[in-house]
Amino acid sequence: MTTNELSRRTFLLRAGTGISAAWVSAHWPALLSAATHAHQVAKAATPPKFEFFTPEQAAEIDAITARIIPTDDTPGAREAGVVYFIDRGLATFAVDDQKKYREGLPDLQARVIEMFPGISKFSAATSEQQDEVLHSFDESTKSARRPFRARPGAQDFFETLRQHTIAGFLIDPDYGGNSSGAGWKVIGREREHMFQSPFGYYDKDYLGWQPATKEANKS
Amino acid sequence: MRSDLPKYKTSDEVDFVIIGSGAAGGILAKELSTNGFRVVVLEQGPYLTESDFSHNEIEILAQDKLTNHPKLQPNTFRKTPDEKAKPQRALVYGRCVGGTSVHFTANFWRFHEIDFIERSKIGPIPGTTFTDWPITYADLEPYYTKVEWEIGVSGLAGASPFDPPRSKPYPMPPLPVKSSGVIFERAASKLGWHPFPAPMAILSQPRPGRSACINCGFCLAFGCEVGAKSSSLATAIRMAEKTGRCEIRPNSYVHRIETDANGRAVGAVYFDEQRNTHLQKAKAVVVCANGAETPRLLLLSANKQFPNGLANSSGFVGKNLMLNSGAISMGVFEHPLNDYKGFAVSRIFHDFYELDAQKVGFYGGGGIDARFDMTPIGFAMGGLPPGTPRWGKDFKAALSHNFTRTMEIFCHGTSLPLENNSFSLDPDLKDAWGLPALRLTYKDHPDDLKLVNWLNVRAQELLDAAGAEKKWSYPAQEQQFAVHLLGTCRMGNDPKISVINADHRTHDVKNLFLCDGSSLVTSGRGQPTMTIEALAFRAADRITALAKRGELSA
Repeated sequence: MTTNELSRRTFLLRAGTGISAAWVSAHWPALLSAATHAHQVAKAATPPKFEFFTPEQAAEIDAITARIIPTDDTPGAREAGVVYFIDRGLATFAVDDQKKYREGLPDLQARVIEMFPGISKFSAATSEQQDEVLHSFDESTKSARRPFRARPGAQDFFETLRQHTIAGFLIDPDYGGNSSGAGWKVIGREREHMFQSPFGYYDKDYLGWQPATKEANKS
Repeated sequence: MRSDLPKYKTSDEVDFVIIGSGAAGGILAKELSTNGFRVVVLEQGPYLTESDFSHNEIEILAQDKLTNHPKLQPNTFRKTPDEKAKPQRALVYGRCVGGTSVHFTANFWRFHEIDFIERSKIGPIPGTTFTDWPITYADLEPYYTKVEWEIGVSGLAGASPFDPPRSKPYPMPPLPVKSSGVIFERAASKLGWHPFPAPMAILSQPRPGRSACINCGFCLAFGCEVGAKSSSLATAIRMAEKTGRCEIRPNSYVHRIETDANGRAVGAVYFDEQRNTHLQKAKAVVVCANGAETPRLLLLSANKQFPNGLANSSGFVGKNLMLNSGAISMGVFEHPLNDYKGFAVSRIFHDFYELDAQKVGFYGGGGIDARFDMTPIGFAMGGLPPGTPRWGKDFKAALSHNFTRTMEIFCHGTSLPLENNSFSLDPDLKDAWGLPALRLTYKDHPDDLKLVNWLNVRAQELLDAAGAEKKWSYPAQEQQFAVHLLGTCRMGNDPKISVINADHRTHDVKNLFLCDGSSLVTSGRGQPTMTIEALAFRAADRITALAKRGELSA
């Protein structure tokens, strides 16, 4: 049994005690079918063969994602299988971005050769050289206004790849990326499907709500 | 869908056709079918249920599984009417059975007495169409209570000294407090403010067929897999179907309301999933399509008899749009809050609900909440402090440190109604069905921006009092993206400056009713859905009374 199945299963079992039994019995078949479907999607998302990339392209994309979220004492994009997520994505939700990858990757390789004559491709460069190449693509950070909802717009190849890498690293592992929950381990998000209070450090010794002591100065 | 549910023929003249199945449409469907009427609900979007909902951020945020799709239904935006509008995504709303109530945050504050009579209290504001409601808080109070008990709202009655009077306590206790709520409560109390448990349309206790909240953490923007979020889907729609008199017809995109020679509505014309056109006949039409699509539908329904659009003798259809103002402060704390667990908001305060314009120098008031509403990808894209590297090892380190330690303080406030702010039909851009696209024209009143930026300074003070390790803020800027869609077919006694009367009946078409965010006369302090639902319960009573008196028959 995979971890994906396990987390859904754990949820279903705990659901039996934690939430309304009437609800669970009404929804059990639907939940099981959703879990099965998600599992199939997850399996299909890490195919032995790439759907969009050639093996050579995949190696280059993998090398770039490994600089966007590098491996250090914790897993990075490589361990999370991000290249598989992106490959699958370019055949599904990100089909519109195929052109950016087709045209952008050769542009990036040309930049490697231009900056480091003698090095033929991104994956052959040292980490420091790779970072230099990517910095040259990284648009200067514009106003960091928090978007109401994160939404990719018309960005260049690197910005698109950056966003896809983040998505592949942090998506719920049931949906074809974030292999083994590697990304969630890095950010400290537990894999459980349901949680109970107390949630964090500040609410664990909370004594309950008390009315404010001062008299409200209603105007 | 169950096979025992009624299926009406389009040629079968039902009592009511309701357009839209969201916060208002769901409740009207439930109430009218319960009262014995035969009802067809036409919903643009698909009929999804709990088992269709997921925690897939790509599906929800990038592919718009639950919302209007920018490719199929593009929009344009401009700041003022003298500009040519440019194509850009201008609004988001729920496009599925249950509408926006499926994916909303579920903050469920009542409006206060002042929201209905503020124009009389403070006098006119030049350049605005600010006015009083034709109804008062007292008129709506029984219906607020009805929403809380029938739909399921958790909260603590009497916890806020600023709360308006209520006839009954909440039906269930507040949801558990989050770490963001505790931090907020302690700091706000220290500053002399009055924080209290947020009223939320999320169950803290199970109800028949629905689970209490399981704190899964995929709440805002997502559909609830366990029916704990009190969406119309999880509540009113099911009750409507149980009557055996209500048909929910999904994938039905209404684009015209048909009228006869006497100027009466005879039904709604819609595209089915295959884009075939049908006319659903009905004795009366109730439009609950939201504050953007409702005026659009009236404008699309223009004909010889109603050349400026249906029910638009005032010229106010689509105008006086209010989006609510908003600003955000963010804080990072020493220890993990793990605020990704649970619903978004657990504590709020209303100390600044009514500010004295003489003292602060601008009109307005608001509420402030403690929240964390970002899911992992969204957080990585937009939740780190400005200046954080966007990739590489320092980016990863920031994600790793901040994700569990970050909270948001959201400042919500008033928007003044301005005639120029509107939804209208774009003269050039068409949607995938060949219909004119929605055009948003919007420029915030300067006071709206001053207000939330003033509130945001209070939020910064709160984060200091709370001992945040790091804090920053996103001041309000002029808005060009709409979420709260309010005021565009407003209610009033004077047909010259309003579109519907206090019964939600249009002044011009006697068997046409409108009820949703478009009905609101003022914007409240940032959380409109509770009021939209209370209006829907009340509208159902008024419409039922009219129908029983025979006033809707030809």
